[in-house]
Amino acid sequence: MSSTAKSQKKKSVPEPPMEQLEIGNVQYQTRLTSKFLNRDNWQRPDERKVGAIIPGSIQRIMVSEGDEISPGTPMLILEAMKMRNEILSPLQGIIKKIYVSEGDMVPKGHLLLEFELALPDYILPQTIGQGGLFFK
Amino acid sequence: MASTKKVQELKKRREEVQQGGGEKAIQKQVAMGKMTARERIIKILDEGSFNEYDMFVEHEARDFGMEAKKLHGDGVITGTGTIGGRPVCIFAQDFTVAGGSLGLMHARKITKMMDHSLKMRLPLIGINDSGGARIQEGVNSLAGYGEIFFRNTLASGVIPQISVILGPCAGGAVYSPALTDFVFVVDNISKMFITGPEVIKTVLGEEITMEELGGARVHSEITGNAHFFAETEDECFEQIKSLLSYLPRSNTDVPAQKEIKEPLKKYNISNIVPSEKRQPYDVRNVIRAITDGSDFIEVQENWAANIVIGFGTMNGNTVGFVANQPLVLAGVLDVDSSDKAGRFIRYCDAFNIPIVTLVDLPGYLPGVDQEHAGVIRHGAKVLYAYSEATVPKITVIIRKAYGGGYIAMNSRHLRADFVFAWPDAEVAVMGPEGAANIIFRKEIAGAEDPDKMRAQKVQEYKEKFANPYVAAAKGYIDSVIEPSETRRSLLHALEVSGEKSVGMPAKKHGIPPF
Repeated sequence: MSSTAKSQKKKSVPEPPMEQLEIGNVQYQTRLTSKFLNRDNWQRPDERKVGAIIPGSIQRIMVSEGDEISPGTPMLILEAMKMRNEILSPLQGIIKKIYVSEGDMVPKGHLLLEFELALPDYILPQTIGQGGLFFK
Repeated sequence: MASTKKVQELKKRREEVQQGGGEKAIQKQVAMGKMTARERIIKILDEGSFNEYDMFVEHEARDFGMEAKKLHGDGVITGTGTIGGRPVCIFAQDFTVAGGSLGLMHARKITKMMDHSLKMRLPLIGINDSGGARIQEGVNSLAGYGEIFFRNTLASGVIPQISVILGPCAGGAVYSPALTDFVFVVDNISKMFITGPEVIKTVLGEEITMEELGGARVHSEITGNAHFFAETEDECFEQIKSLLSYLPRSNTDVPAQKEIKEPLKKYNISNIVPSEKRQPYDVRNVIRAITDGSDFIEVQENWAANIVIGFGTMNGNTVGFVANQPLVLAGVLDVDSSDKAGRFIRYCDAFNIPIVTLVDLPGYLPGVDQEHAGVIRHGAKVLYAYSEATVPKITVIIRKAYGGGYIAMNSRHLRADFVFAWPDAEVAVMGPEGAANIIFRKEIAGAEDPDKMRAQKVQEYKEKFANPYVAAAKGYIDSVIEPSETRRSLLHALEVSGEKSVGMPAKKHGIPPF
């Protein structure tokens, strides 16, 4: 009944084109959804880049470019949702570049600073929760 | 006999309440492109069938100047009526009265109706159009929501519960619809979210409109919170009536018998499905080639469209259909489609609606996003729902049924009552292309012409395993049928399983992978 009428009405809308989707070594002709097309492509996190764990403002920066610091060294304070989050160094290394200044508002994931590693086999962070969410 | 004076007073009182929030507020409502609560109820119900209760309920709030405010009906209209001659309970929040805000008496009117519907075993229709909690009533307002959620849960699986979102439905209020069976939304009118654009902007700095955050399209295409999308309120009401015609009054009732008709001639089942498995087709046409008069009402049409769910009738009785859709994402199972199918299967089982499953899938969708989004946990819902369901469960394997996807799609192993397969069906642990690569890895790598060798081995595997007869030889498939025999086979299978009775181990309840 109404479903037939509806499908006839829908015919006037241009249909999405057929694309290829590979499953089990076979290329299937099919339509891709916008959700599928908009999915995040996964990338291995780069430990040398430190991003904002939460959107907020940079209250203080305690380190400078060129500083060699060890894991756990407080680097900056990110104030978000009325909480002062101390961002600690996730690794042993030299700070290559600081991308923010005091007073900046930053969105989540915004690149704060980048390390130049002192050691070829850098020390991996113990936990993510201590303030170092790694920039994607 | 009542004195004329008293009757006049009653009439006057009624008229007053029927004005809702008054002329100005009604004009505002109309300017937003919305009907009033009373118009909505009258349009959904059979003509002249509405009986209103609790018309003269008044709130008892005494703070913040509320004592001086009279809110007609306390912002909600409740009552009973019929749809298609079958009784229902209904309530509609009245946005013209204090923004449809929910106070204690408002909630009590709703819960009274819910108690009625559960006691009388009638479907419940709730029309949501409310600014949220009535802040002036404080914790009483929260109590009101809690009482509603509790009853939604009690009634779940006992009576059909339908939520219609015809305005804002924000914050805690969204959880009543979320607990009900079917949510209807209308373009540009429905808005549902937990935290609104303002809060999001303050906390996260993200700017978004209400429509972009939780409009009708968002919930019918992205979140899956909505089951039916309409462009106008009138279309929405037709959808509600149509859906109800497929549903029983309660879990102890059966849906009304519909007229038995043959499928329409334009759906010729032998010509819908291409034999080449890479080629897509619209599985909804296969469903329409099977059902009485080709009727089919699709649920969640625009969300996770790689699986199709909905109701049709066979021999006049409601049947739930679950079908892989090769037209979208090759019909794979993924996080959303598993979620969608799992819940629908449980719905059918709760309301004694037999399930017909049409299988044609290449497997699960590969991807980091899928794995990290929990495709294991969500995929398990399909296995759980099919295994747990005790209604008649019938499967038709149309083309591909590989690996885990084969098991999940109501296989014999999950206790399908009847499994049919078309001659093109391939039931195997994986597709020939993938299987040949693994089994004959050495031969292919060592060959002078690896591509030629691969093609040869794929062909060998195909001939041996890519057919329905290996599974049929084990009794996993009961019958290999021609496409043209599908309707007849299904009708018979449904007929013989009409009195199906199976035992399940005694338990309080299972622990489905929610």
